Amino acid sequence: VTDVLATIVKIKAPYLDYHALAPEIVLTGVLCVMLVVDVVVDETRKYLVGAVAGFGLLGAMVPIVTLALMGHHQREMFGGAYVVDPFALALKALFILSGYVVLLMSTTYIEEGDYYEGEFSFLLVSAILGMVVMASSRDLITIFVALELLSIPGYLLAGWRKRDIKSNEAMMKYYLLGVLATAVMLYGMSLIYGFTGSTLLTAIGAATRGAVGAKPIVTLGIFFVIIGFAFKVSAVPFHFWAPDTYEGAPTPVTAFLSVASKAAGFVALMELVFVGFYGRHDVWGPLFWILAALTMTVGNLIALRQTNVVRMLAYSSIAQAGYMLVPFAVAGDNLHATRDALTGVIVYLLIYGAMNLGAFAVVIAVARKTRSGEISSFGGLFSYAPGLTLLMTIFMFSLVGMPPFGGWFAKFVIIRAVFDAGTPAAVVLVVVLAVNSVIAAYYYANVAREMWMRPVPDDDFTRVRVPTPVSIALFLTAAGTLAFGIAPNLLAHVGDLASLSHALGA
Amino acid sequence: MLHMNAFDHWVLTLTIFVPAAGAAICMLWPKADETGVKVVALLTSLVALGLGVYVFAHFDYNHTSVLQMSVNRGWIDVIQSRYHVGVDGLSLPLMGLTLFIVPACIIYSWDHFPEPHNPKAFLTLILILEVGMTGTFLAEDLILFFVFFELVLLPMYFMIGVWGGPNRQYAAIKFFLFTLFGSALMILSFLALYFKAGNTFDIPTLVHNAAHLPHGTQVLIFGGLFMGFAIKVPMFPFHTWLPDAHTEAPTVGSVILAAVLLKLGTYGFIRIAIPILPDAARTWAPWIGVLAVIGIIYGALGCLAQKDLKRLIAFSSVAHMGFVMLGISTLTTYGINAAVFGMVAHGLITGMLFFCAGSIQERFHTREISRLGGLLKQAPHLAWILGFCAFASLGLPGLAGFWGEFPAILSAYQPAVGLNVTLFRTFMVIAALGTVFAAGYLLWMYQRTAFGNPTEEFEHEHIHDVHLPEYIAWVPMLALILVLGVLPNLVFKQTNGPVTNNVTAAFPQVQAQAAP
Repeated sequence: VTDVLATIVKIKAPYLDYHALAPEIVLTGVLCVMLVVDVVVDETRKYLVGAVAGFGLLGAMVPIVTLALMGHHQREMFGGAYVVDPFALALKALFILSGYVVLLMSTTYIEEGDYYEGEFSFLLVSAILGMVVMASSRDLITIFVALELLSIPGYLLAGWRKRDIKSNEAMMKYYLLGVLATAVMLYGMSLIYGFTGSTLLTAIGAATRGAVGAKPIVTLGIFFVIIGFAFKVSAVPFHFWAPDTYEGAPTPVTAFLSVASKAAGFVALMELVFVGFYGRHDVWGPLFWILAALTMTVGNLIALRQTNVVRMLAYSSIAQAGYMLVPFAVAGDNLHATRDALTGVIVYLLIYGAMNLGAFAVVIAVARKTRSGEISSFGGLFSYAPGLTLLMTIFMFSLVGMPPFGGWFAKFVIIRAVFDAGTPAAVVLVVVLAVNSVIAAYYYANVAREMWMRPVPDDDFTRVRVPTPVSIALFLTAAGTLAFGIAPNLLAHVGDLASLSHALGA
Repeated sequence: MLHMNAFDHWVLTLTIFVPAAGAAICMLWPKADETGVKVVALLTSLVALGLGVYVFAHFDYNHTSVLQMSVNRGWIDVIQSRYHVGVDGLSLPLMGLTLFIVPACIIYSWDHFPEPHNPKAFLTLILILEVGMTGTFLAEDLILFFVFFELVLLPMYFMIGVWGGPNRQYAAIKFFLFTLFGSALMILSFLALYFKAGNTFDIPTLVHNAAHLPHGTQVLIFGGLFMGFAIKVPMFPFHTWLPDAHTEAPTVGSVILAAVLLKLGTYGFIRIAIPILPDAARTWAPWIGVLAVIGIIYGALGCLAQKDLKRLIAFSSVAHMGFVMLGISTLTTYGINAAVFGMVAHGLITGMLFFCAGSIQERFHTREISRLGGLLKQAPHLAWILGFCAFASLGLPGLAGFWGEFPAILSAYQPAVGLNVTLFRTFMVIAALGTVFAAGYLLWMYQRTAFGNPTEEFEHEHIHDVHLPEYIAWVPMLALILVLGVLPNLVFKQTNGPVTNNVTAAFPQVQAQAAP
């Protein structure tokens, strides 16, 4: 026993920058408080757990703001496995804020649906904690832990409407395919670790640039890891789980999966590709090209045929993921393109978060009255809920990419990254993107048409009562969507976030 | 250089965004108080018009080719896009046209909003449209231009789709998708310009920078711009959205569409595509010319086949925009001056024709020409106004239409150096034939609707002649059609400077010809 104790004493405590870790610490603390509150309060006051979660999320924003104000230097821990830099901060903010919005959207939904409330918020916050960790991970193992921390609550949340067979299906599909993806990815990671001898992304980056990188087995590893995350971000042809899961899951959870969870997948991809595998763009460049082109096109074409609004948004979010994959395809061409690609993906994620969450918030608000997920249930919305109609119109056309709503700038930065690469393959991809944008315009405009130009299906003109939390969510997302569109300079600092490329030696 | 007081720095920005403020107020105004909404909207548009008058008054007509009252501030630094607005002799008449048409539209619809009524939403959309249209004409930065250009799309989509005719939803989505397709390619071209010509979106800077791009690159970029603008104009064969949109749109929508929206496309050619990419313009010019004359003849033949009054006017728009594009395709000062005049004239005249068609439909509940007749007997004032506009539209000398059409045809006699003279002279002959057709379809239309006796169907019906709001909206437009017909120099003296400047800068070897 003394021997063991002696060894323990000899282990040096790792350096911990408590300021940098404050968001994670706050979230963990909040999780503990939530557990206690959930046990203590009686059945009628379970909403308190949600309230704790809400305040906790806002509390976690405080250190993020102070860290951002303190400047741009990078705080490294655990030998570079955990990094807090502007890139990480911006995405942490995105995760926490989108988590907050989802919480606002779900409060009434969960209460009225008579589902477990306390556990719901608890799982939501733990998933957010996983994402926040993901934003700082620069190590295969940390990435994997973060991924599991955010995925497992996600599986549970997808099946939250446990008396509904579709929700069960949603959860089952999400779980099985998620686990499959994890297995594939983990296999890839093990190959990479085996040949580069490190789990640290910077070390892997250095190794893959050298002779080790040229080994076919490393190529295979990179391939598997990217495919694993392609499941996560629901890229075609690994998207089959998404529509069923999105349709079956409770709508706020769908919003969460399609924005926050997807963003986490992209964050991991950025870390892996731009830091770990940068030297092997000959492998991932073409792979992303194919994934992007397929994802945009297939997502949009299937979305055209949807009659259920959540399913339509599910396919549209697949297509949107396709747009976000485009910069990856060209990122390796030159350093300019790398920087622009990175900026492009981050900007897109931020704006997409606002507009897509907003669209789901409207769907939730309207469904409280219509009790339907069909697009036709939006018929004549303009005549009895002009405010919601206006908001939905803004979100839909922002998703199209029309100025003056945020979506135009998101698409613009992505197209710019492609032009910066300037290769023929890049130009072909950008044309695919342009054509896809027009295809997508049809089904988004179709929702607008339903709301503005069609009669009310059942002549039920009762006003839609929007619960206060949902109103706040709508306000936040609409404000974001408009502000990013009219004054994209708000995102000016995102250009500096390309500090990941600092790991590239650029 | 130019004297500017403090207000001059603000006036253009105010002109653009006053309607936006008005739209916001309308949106917040209680829906039940319809009069209040109408008053707010009208006042806003009149304030914007007042600011426009100020711009006209303070514009230095000795330096028409210089950007005046310009503002150039940082906007989106990350992409080097700036808030750069300014007015020169090219944008001035079109800005004036926009500011002039909008109050007329609001007054016209005062008492008879189309179904489903809802003046609040309708007027809000008109004001947002005004922001987009004015902004497009004043923007001097490609991204700013793009944002305003697109801003126009949504209000028009809803205006057609909500307040339009029976087939409105199809027409609305068709209009929307066609234009969106064009703008998608346009923005790609803008970005290509940005990367190839010195990382800037500033139009005046690009005019200097881009001229030296390799010819092949220029031609490709011009192709993207061409798609964006030609769909908006619309040129044959991209015109198919126009008859549907015009036919289904509510009267005021048609008027704004014809009077201003189509000009966004032609304006794009003379402000962006040709000055920035002159070499490519020369390569493309014959093709533009061909499509223009096809448009003239096709539009005219289309008119002869129409049974619906509005559809007929819509096809006449295709033909008239063909003349404008023919003028532009000659790449001469003469032709482009004529084109700008043609844009203003077509805006006023076709706008008026759509007003008349709308009023006829409101009275007879049909636009089918064969069911109409004897308008001169039943509503003589309306019939006379329709006649006046029809004559103006066919290019009668002394009315505004003449100065857009005749010089445009004439300009094809001597196109810019390097263009095939025989080809353009052929265009000239065909276009001249087009004017004969124009006279044909317009007079035939007038004969069928106004002459003779009322058809049995409406024989005993009491038809109101022109209402007061209609008079208030129309008289200034009619007066302007006449005034510009008699004194075309009012417009030419504004446009000639910048046109000459652009053409001589773009095509140095061309001897600048004097404007008519």
